Amino acid sequence: MQEPVDPDVSLAVPAQRRELREHPAAVLCAISLGGVCGALARYGVGVLIPHEPGQWAWATWLVNLSGCLLIGVLMALIGRLWPRQQLIRPFAGVGVLGGYTTFSTATVDVVHQLNAHQPALAMLYMVTTVLGALLAVSAGFAVTTAALSRREKVAW
Amino acid sequence: MTVLLVAVGAAVGAPARYLLDRAVQSRHDSVFPWGTCVVNVLGCFLLGVLTGLPSALFALLGTGFCGALTTYSTFSYETLRLLQLRAWLMAGLNVVVSLVAGLGAAYLGMALVS
Repeated sequence: MQEPVDPDVSLAVPAQRRELREHPAAVLCAISLGGVCGALARYGVGVLIPHEPGQWAWATWLVNLSGCLLIGVLMALIGRLWPRQQLIRPFAGVGVLGGYTTFSTATVDVVHQLNAHQPALAMLYMVTTVLGALLAVSAGFAVTTAALSRREKVAW
Repeated sequence: MTVLLVAVGAAVGAPARYLLDRAVQSRHDSVFPWGTCVVNVLGCFLLGVLTGLPSALFALLGTGFCGALTTYSTFSYETLRLLQLRAWLMAGLNVVVSLVAGLGAAYLGMALVS
């Protein structure tokens, strides 16, 4: 069997393959509601930290890195603590964090920076976003997994 | 008002990602996360097309729909999983293909409307 890699949905995982057929309304509503919460949080950060097209987009940068930290935490929690909770991943992972973070805005930010003749800024923005995202998701996952392991040892 | 438009766009965008991801995965039985990659690149193209729209429409379709349709969190977690599975090439390809195809798609979308 393949190991699942996709937190949105992995058809290799039987429970996730079945979820849409068994609870279509609950799953889609959870994702939709979560997506609204996440997108509004992202919009709020954008209002607090505005930028002009072509500039460094701090709001998008911060949203994406913090969202990646949180998906690392969430997936570790789901794997260790809540493996049987069926709606947490659709609501919090697919919806809230999927709606909060954005690949399209980060990419269009880079195009605007290139169009503003800022190739160095564009390259730095793109590279720090992707490397920062990978560091953040690794850190979130590792720290949460370590904390849960310690808690289990103490409980024993 | 803008808040409401972002919310409505996201209410559709997030489940659209889930359904498209499922549709792509059901056609490609591979460990490579094609579903998210396709959705992200498609979202980059759409957002490129949408740049320059009046602000209310951009809030609905750009910030709301495209913002929720695409995802950095899923993309980064998938890449982490591929690294954990020691699928170095797949992890590297996922990053490079997503970024390069996403940039190309965004450029194309913008060029179509400019």
